[in-house]
Amino acid sequence: MKFSEQWLREWVSPQLTPQELADQVTMAGLEVDAVEPVAESFSGVVVGHVRRKVQHPDADKLSVCEVDDGSGEVVQVVCGAPNVAEGQKVPFARVGAVLPGDFKIKRAKLRGQESRGMICSASELGLEEGTSAGILELPATAPVGEDFRAWMGLEDTTIEVDLTPNRGDCLSLKGLAREVGVLNRLAVQGPAIEPQSVTHETRFEINVSDPERCPRYVGRVIKGVDVTVETPLWMVERLRRSGIRSIDPVVDVTNYVMLELGQPMHAFDLANLSQGIEVRLARAGERLTLLDGQDIALRDSTLVIADSRGPLAIAGIMGGEHSGVTATTRDIFLESAFFTPLAVAGQARAYGLHTDASHRFERGVDPALTAVAVERATALLREITGGEAGPILDVTSQAHMPAPRQVTLRSARLEQALGMPFESSLVVDILERLGMAVTTAPEGWTVDAPSWRFDISIEEDLIEELARIHGYNRLPVRRPSARLALRADDERRQPQARLRGQMVARGYQEAISYSFVSPELQRLLMPDAVSPRLANPISSDMAVMRASLFPGLIKALEHNLNRQQSRVRLFETGLVFNGELDSLTQTGMLGGLACGPREPEGWAGSRESVDFYDVKGDLETLFALGGNADAWRFEPGRHSALHPGQTARVLHDGEEAGWIGTLHPAVRAELGLKVDAVLFEVRLDYLVQGKLPAFSALSRYPEVRRDLALLVDDSLPVQHLLDSIRSHAGEWLTELRLFDVYRGKGVEEGDKSLALGLTWQHPSRTLNDDEINQLVDAIVTESGQRFGARLRS
Amino acid sequence: MDDLSTLVDEARSAIESAEDRQALDEVRVRYLGKKGEITALLKGLGKLPADERPAAGERINQAKQTLGQELDNRKQVLEKAALDARLAAETLDVTLPGRGQSNGGLHPVTRTLERIEGLFTRIGFDVAVGPEIEDDYHNFEALNIPAQHPARGMADTFYFDATRLLRTHTSPVQVRTMKSVEPPIRIVCPGRVYRSDSDLTHTPMFHQVEGLLVDEDVSFADLKGTIEDFLKAFFERDELSVRFRPSYFPFTEPSAEVDIQCVMCQGEGCRVCSHSGWLEVMGCGMVHPEVFRHSGIDTERYKGFAFGMGAERLAMLRYGVNDLRLFFENDLRFLRQFA
Repeated sequence: MKFSEQWLREWVSPQLTPQELADQVTMAGLEVDAVEPVAESFSGVVVGHVRRKVQHPDADKLSVCEVDDGSGEVVQVVCGAPNVAEGQKVPFARVGAVLPGDFKIKRAKLRGQESRGMICSASELGLEEGTSAGILELPATAPVGEDFRAWMGLEDTTIEVDLTPNRGDCLSLKGLAREVGVLNRLAVQGPAIEPQSVTHETRFEINVSDPERCPRYVGRVIKGVDVTVETPLWMVERLRRSGIRSIDPVVDVTNYVMLELGQPMHAFDLANLSQGIEVRLARAGERLTLLDGQDIALRDSTLVIADSRGPLAIAGIMGGEHSGVTATTRDIFLESAFFTPLAVAGQARAYGLHTDASHRFERGVDPALTAVAVERATALLREITGGEAGPILDVTSQAHMPAPRQVTLRSARLEQALGMPFESSLVVDILERLGMAVTTAPEGWTVDAPSWRFDISIEEDLIEELARIHGYNRLPVRRPSARLALRADDERRQPQARLRGQMVARGYQEAISYSFVSPELQRLLMPDAVSPRLANPISSDMAVMRASLFPGLIKALEHNLNRQQSRVRLFETGLVFNGELDSLTQTGMLGGLACGPREPEGWAGSRESVDFYDVKGDLETLFALGGNADAWRFEPGRHSALHPGQTARVLHDGEEAGWIGTLHPAVRAELGLKVDAVLFEVRLDYLVQGKLPAFSALSRYPEVRRDLALLVDDSLPVQHLLDSIRSHAGEWLTELRLFDVYRGKGVEEGDKSLALGLTWQHPSRTLNDDEINQLVDAIVTESGQRFGARLRS
Repeated sequence: MDDLSTLVDEARSAIESAEDRQALDEVRVRYLGKKGEITALLKGLGKLPADERPAAGERINQAKQTLGQELDNRKQVLEKAALDARLAAETLDVTLPGRGQSNGGLHPVTRTLERIEGLFTRIGFDVAVGPEIEDDYHNFEALNIPAQHPARGMADTFYFDATRLLRTHTSPVQVRTMKSVEPPIRIVCPGRVYRSDSDLTHTPMFHQVEGLLVDEDVSFADLKGTIEDFLKAFFERDELSVRFRPSYFPFTEPSAEVDIQCVMCQGEGCRVCSHSGWLEVMGCGMVHPEVFRHSGIDTERYKGFAFGMGAERLAMLRYGVNDLRLFFENDLRFLRQFA
């Protein structure tokens, strides 16, 4: 809502500068977005009178005018505007004037004719966007020689407030003035609105068949209006200062009343209406061509204003083209209605519309204004367009009108809520100035909410009003107190921050990528993944929810590779989404990616590329954080995004917990990536599960170590052999370490040699060679039988 | 006994010229060993007349002692020289960079979230999280935003179907907590939220931290105190000006937007604060009774306050980041600045 400060001051005029006024209403909850002068700065422009106009002797499109600028001397100017005419009052820039854009008016000769000044158009004075069609014509009453800025009241400010949706009551000068009045404890005085004398009896019948949506509909026929007259400049200016363009005097008056009082109105050309008005829901198949020219199919939840031939307007949103007022209109039917917020809410948006009317009705228009606005508009129309007013027809369904709301405010509750006591006189004064009727009640006050305040129905609403008007920043400040109570804390659980810290320590940068990804990328990585698709994505490459962290990590990798980053290590935590909506899982994952050299380039570093085992090692350190690394297993697996020979399914206590592997070469080629990358993702809920440490006594007896070199088939997963060895190594085995894997000279093609170090220690005695030899024999025998392992000689 | 003096002089010069331990040991053997020349003199004492023996013996022993001492001294000198030489040979260029991995770093948003969580958990708040694909009820209805409410237009929502959507705030977590936990409740809810808005100053996903405190005798004054303390602590500025501006959220009443004095220009007015000197940093208010009713909390007995803030906005102000979109490009050159 944009308004002129001068206009507001006709209602209430506090001793404040425009900026102070703006700050004051901002701090009362009506946030001011902009405070701007209504006109750009210019000087030296006065009201001029065109005394004489003749054709320029040497230019078709120019005329030579004599202008009386009130200085006592008539000045000759050359003017190019087609609409300049003898007898006109015009804004006249004298020689020496400075127009917007620092345009200085100098004495000049145009095609040989002297020109001492300039007759200005609205755009040249910064009063209109773009280029005006001609000079600005002023009313005949404009006083010649008077400073144009002063006469137009251009030393004014527009204040634009960004109102919250609960404050529909401030979408008018009347509402804003009320706020300013209560904030400054000043009385507020609007224009007097008198009932207009009825001079004919033409009635246009109104039938409201949906009183729930339209509890009140008021209409009046005004005959004999002249739509060809100019809207008075003062009204055009006020509209302009509120951001509304002048259309014709009838539309301008309805808009003016809407700005002034907050009641949206509509005028129909009576000649285009048939029989009576019907307020009803649209019927299947009905269409309407709107005022803006677009033809729409009406939805059956839309309330329309119709006549016997069909819909004329969408109630509370926009009128139709066919029934609108035109230059030839003589008789009009003026509509002022109360459509409930629910009747209008969502309707405009469904048609892609947003109008001043829908904006107000959605938020609530004062149902007590309906007839008052008609009287106000009638008076203005008669003044401007002339016309004869008929009787007001008021169709009101009391049963559907908003019920009066009476709210009890308890003083104890008020004090408790705001942390300070309020004097009764202050409470009463503020609420009454807001238009509420206040009576004292045993515990506080009983308050009647005003008809225009749709946001007031409970005690808290009144507490908020008092807090707001008194000033939030004048309310006390306190620190909450609480009983110090310890809470349960599962020591086994690893904080996520610790996991992240570990990834950081292993050289990974944390990434945060969008939770919605490109369906193409996700399909390329995981053709079988099913995840929810957005109905209204912001773009096609952010249309499906990620089923894995891989798409986001890959995208981040691409971004960095494209920016000459050759060594990339990223990790991310977040939810992934799997399944259809009805069987959806939202699972927290930690995922990562590594690519490029194992170590940052340096004098001592390895220049080798990072590989599967580097990243697996990083992941294993995460598993070890909670002290429960034994719960985790890796087994060969297949994942559509990963290299089939370099992929492990990660298991936690036998449950699938994630994946690790090298990016599939075919996928890599498809993505156009030139380097290998290793990716992983693991479920966070498993990662945070740790184990409570359990002490076991330290043995005072010596350790026994035996090393074994076993030859096995190269394809044997070592984990299987290790598991088997562990289970046959007896209960005193304290460590089993694989310290070498060898292929090549001395080992047959297709085999690998595994070097294992086994350590035993007994808690309470020295182990003897015999028992260790027996265990080693058992291990070798079992390994031979199950895995074909041979001792390497 | 000139033989002895000559011998001692000879031995001395041999000690002086020994350049390593081995040479020095040879000198010791030659003069003081079992068959050494000084030892031989001692053995020869018996050939002297009995009255000369004591004096001669003393002189020889004296010479033996002196030479022993000088041998020890020379040994120490040689050992020190050897150590010095070894140390010199082992000297490293300590200015060369260390070997191995470099650290990664946390995303600035995570860093900010952890900081905010830390400030609140230290005064007894818990951290609560919840799903991101939410239903209409938890995201809107239970927060006093019925269908068709104009406030639904305040947050442009991503929908999957008629009732399922991406949460537009982390408030659904508050609802879920209030439904499952008895007051007193003190939680902060960090997490991703989504709004279908994308331009210079909006990304379709961002992070929020919302907070909720429900207890007996909680007032607007407590809310003000908590928010002021938080902002001063977050920005580490005790003198930070904080103001509360009435606003509207369907789930709180009274509601407020919170402005701080611009941290870029100290309130002088700059581009960041649109020359107003103030920055809007969060929204807050007293929990609306309708929200309590949806969660089954006794509105006469309990009161509560809630607040919410955007992590990216706070991170931008705290670290001077000037482009919101950088947060989700995951450019390493950006991320590395926050390690």
